[in-house]
Amino acid sequence: MEQTLLIIVGAPLVASIIAGLLGKQIGRAVTHSLTTASIAVACALSVQVLLGLLDGAPVFDGPVYTWLVSDGIRMEVGFLVDRLSALMMVVVTFISLMVHIYTIGYMRDDPGYTRFFSYISLFTFAMLMLVMSNNLMQLFFGWEAVGVVSYLLIGFWYTKPTAIFANMKAFLVNRVGDFGFLLGIAGLVHLTGSLHYSEIFAQAGTIAGSTFELIPGHAWQAATVICIALFIGAMGKSAQMPLHVWLPDSMEGPTPISALIHAATMVTAGIFMVARMSPLFELSETALSFVLVIGATTALFMGFLGIVNNDIKRVVAYSTLSQLGYMTADLGVSAYAGSIFHLMTHAFFKALLFLAAGSVIIAMHHEQDMRKMGGLRKYMPITYATALIGSLALIGFPGFAGFFSKDAVIEAVHASHLPGATYAYWCLLIGVFVTAFYSFRLVFMTFHGEERMDHHTREHLHESPWVVTLPLILLAIPSVVIGWPGIGPLLFGDYFQGAIVVAPAHDVLGHLGREYHGPAAFVLHGFTGPAVWLAAAGVLAAWFLYLKRPALAAVLRERAGGLYTLLENKYYFDWFNEKVIAAGSRKLGMALWKGGDVAVIDGVAVNGSARLVAWVAQTARGLQSGYLYHYAFATIIGLSVLLAWLLWRS
Amino acid sequence: MQLDWPILSVLVWLPIAAGVLLLLVGNRGLAVGRWLALAASLATFAISLLLWREFDPSTASMQFFEQQPWIGAFNAWYTLGVDGISMPLIVLTTFITPLVVIAGWTVIEKRPTQYFAAFLILEGLMIGVFAALDAMLFYVFWEAMLIPMFVIIGVWGGQRRVYATVKFFLYTFLGSVLMLVALIYMYLQGGSYSIADLQALPLSMREQVLIFSAFLIAFAVKVPMWPVHTWLPDAHVEAPTGGSVILAAIMLKMGGYGFLRFSLPMTPDASRELDWLIIALSLTAVVYIGFVALVQQDMKKLIAYSSIAHMGFVTLGAFIAFEIVRATGQVQGAAMGLDGAMVQMISHGLVSGALFLCIGVLYDRMHSRQIADYGGVINTMPVFGAFMVLFALANAGLPGTSGFVGEFLVILAAFKANFWYAFLAAITLILGAAYTLWLVKRVVFGPVGNDHVAQLQDLNGREFFVLGVLAIAVLALGLWPAPLLDVMRPTLGQLVQQMMMTKL
Repeated sequence: MEQTLLIIVGAPLVASIIAGLLGKQIGRAVTHSLTTASIAVACALSVQVLLGLLDGAPVFDGPVYTWLVSDGIRMEVGFLVDRLSALMMVVVTFISLMVHIYTIGYMRDDPGYTRFFSYISLFTFAMLMLVMSNNLMQLFFGWEAVGVVSYLLIGFWYTKPTAIFANMKAFLVNRVGDFGFLLGIAGLVHLTGSLHYSEIFAQAGTIAGSTFELIPGHAWQAATVICIALFIGAMGKSAQMPLHVWLPDSMEGPTPISALIHAATMVTAGIFMVARMSPLFELSETALSFVLVIGATTALFMGFLGIVNNDIKRVVAYSTLSQLGYMTADLGVSAYAGSIFHLMTHAFFKALLFLAAGSVIIAMHHEQDMRKMGGLRKYMPITYATALIGSLALIGFPGFAGFFSKDAVIEAVHASHLPGATYAYWCLLIGVFVTAFYSFRLVFMTFHGEERMDHHTREHLHESPWVVTLPLILLAIPSVVIGWPGIGPLLFGDYFQGAIVVAPAHDVLGHLGREYHGPAAFVLHGFTGPAVWLAAAGVLAAWFLYLKRPALAAVLRERAGGLYTLLENKYYFDWFNEKVIAAGSRKLGMALWKGGDVAVIDGVAVNGSARLVAWVAQTARGLQSGYLYHYAFATIIGLSVLLAWLLWRS
Repeated sequence: MQLDWPILSVLVWLPIAAGVLLLLVGNRGLAVGRWLALAASLATFAISLLLWREFDPSTASMQFFEQQPWIGAFNAWYTLGVDGISMPLIVLTTFITPLVVIAGWTVIEKRPTQYFAAFLILEGLMIGVFAALDAMLFYVFWEAMLIPMFVIIGVWGGQRRVYATVKFFLYTFLGSVLMLVALIYMYLQGGSYSIADLQALPLSMREQVLIFSAFLIAFAVKVPMWPVHTWLPDAHVEAPTGGSVILAAIMLKMGGYGFLRFSLPMTPDASRELDWLIIALSLTAVVYIGFVALVQQDMKKLIAYSSIAHMGFVTLGAFIAFEIVRATGQVQGAAMGLDGAMVQMISHGLVSGALFLCIGVLYDRMHSRQIADYGGVINTMPVFGAFMVLFALANAGLPGTSGFVGEFLVILAAFKANFWYAFLAAITLILGAAYTLWLVKRVVFGPVGNDHVAQLQDLNGREFFVLGVLAIAVLALGLWPAPLLDVMRPTLGQLVQQMMMTKL
């Protein structure tokens, strides 16, 4: 088992190093064959591992090597492969494989071709290290490593000023999250003396009984402090408000990585981490409520932003933010399994949507503004069909993958009694309408209606090559069908076994499971709830505004006035971060430097004492020799006086 | 200990002898001179590897012990020996010096032979500081070490080198003099300069506080700690590349070493009483200096300020043990901060050295250290850009690089003492990334900034080798720090015991 696991993480790493160091020498074809093959191997072996686990193979939890031992605490690099991590491994490697193949077509003309393959393979390695870890140190390693690759890939086109601003922003915002994450880890080490999941979870009782006195006189539940700190990390990585600001800007990177990193895998690391830490989150309802409210708020309010944006990739990005909010909200009501299920279905259909958007972007010669598209369905039938499937899955069309997972999320939140659950339920419900609206606005503006592109572009429009369409088709299949076999075991069965822990009082999925009678009944039951009808209303509204009466949209925009401005400025988060936080930090730095270092320490203390010494020496002796000599002289005098005093005292 | 020849004396005197020989050769034989310098520094490194191999990591006692009478009148001895604290620092010194020699191979135009000689002599003296077990011998090396550095900045430095040198001298000399007073006082009390004797010398609280304060000033200046840090940015800016590398990579470690060797074991009670002061100054360094680093326009100043912030972790880690014991009531768990401090010292040596070398590579081509003069360097220097990004990320404490290990351990330790210590220390995650990545954004990435950048040549073989070796070391220490921790464990364990034992 261990050997298999080492190959799974090792193959992408080795391929990445070879591609990175020797890419120029071995050429483009060898580079993409090598990296793609390494991912294929990792994917096949991951499937094998998952099947083995389903077959009853024991969970693997073991060290690879000892990173260090400090003060009796052994920090190791090691793997925990249970059904949760195995599922993630399959999702990560499968999407990565699709993206590798797609990249062969998408990046064909890019001078950084081999570098790009090196990065995405390195990313796959880092993401696998993250999901396969059996301890918090390695989790943090993977967490930061995917962040770095994301940094390198957002800034892949490093001459583009917007790209290199976006990548720095992404890294720094994530670092704010990591700040919380690291404190959470430190708190766990403090309480349990270990970084290993199994050892930490075994001491959940100790944690539950501990308090931190953060403000003298006020004892806080240790579990609440730690879980909120850990969740702040998840808010950075999984782009929850207010740490979401980096994700829309990350669209500056090439499209394949938007699909792989900023939709399907890396951004779900926060969701995965919270699910992995479920035994701890179960200890604090305060933390869970916090998670719930943040998630639900993100789900609704980021959806609104998708409505007003005209950049095809950014619309999909806001949709990702909103869907991550759904997953987070589900974590908040302890429906961890539901979150992971939605994570999986979302990975397929959102990667599909991004790659489809990429296919459109190449056809349009790197034009991303939907106002200059329209009517593309007849030029790009495969892209259109798959994009339509992805959108239907996203809005929760009955029977499609997203239907099962999203409906389960909403039902789970509905069933919860945590503080904030009612608010969250309404956010998520309205979010369904919003999702449907912006998704079909995208479909209609891009593929239907009037052809608004210029003549030159229209002449060159054609379907993308097979390396691009093949991944679209392969992703479209699970986007349609994966819900049917998935929902039963993942949500209501015992698929996760011990990997996820839910306290009986929080077990909303168990509650829903009593009314679960198979996937077909679940679909039928869906029609009795509001979600399906809200989605239908959203599609209709989009159809009406963007196909039937296109002029109306502009009128509405006029009428909305202030609200539209608010959305257009993305609730002024960027403004606040740049004008207040970033500018404030620079001002503070300047004040400390010029005021503290230069004026006070150097100006008064150092140069002042230098002047004083010089003055004393001059007055006392009238010496006019070298500058340096003054100090040396004064020092020696002082030394003699001190020595004399000490000798006299002893 | 395990060898029948005085390996430590060889490590100290071989580079010094080679340096003196170089001075005799003079500029007539540049070709011979630099090969001689390289050979001597490589031989020293090889011998230090032998030291590492023969080192017994299972004991805390001094190894490779040597003792000769020196100044009988003062009972001062020539005593050398190493333990788990000094051995890694010696290997760091011998590792960095050949890299500095190689980096300066062709770029020094003024008196090149003397330049190499100064570095060799400096190397021997620095090893002497780490190996000396007699306080008087330590003090002699400590002061003598300033002379070559003084010369390096004063002769091969930039335009304001005189101001920088004087400031450097004023600060460090004042500090050292107070240390000398403290050492003489202890000698008068105990009749011995042996560090082991001084560690065992009973002292009253009042004496300890005075001695601690004297040591504090001496070591705080070297580290440097806020607010006695302002000499460092000036010294770095004016120093030639090699001088900056040695200054950042090794000389700053003298302060940290002093705290571990002198302050903590010799004045444990005063250290315990005054630990709040060190912790406060360390956290100030991390946060205050982090903000100051953010707004620097000179690359060298930026890295210099970043060094101060990173060294804050060393002093924080060294003194956090008392607070941990106070908060948890157990000695178990107290050593993690010391582990972190030591790893941070070694790592900072590698990373800051590498960053100063990177800036040197740019300076050699453009003769400017101003960030504004650059932009889009990666377009013309892709290999250099890759190295610079790697070292920048290491400087920002990326896991997998050495920069992470020390900070991680110190933050874990700080949390045991007090949540807010960890909170303030962890701010470095944000600030460290902010100033480093903003530097990278402005210098490395972007469109080609100007015609000079468009003319840049990528790394030559010599530069590639130097940065490559450092990159390997940074990654190796980040991916597998266990061997370093294993070497230090018994020594640091003993240090914790000394710290917890009262002298009153």
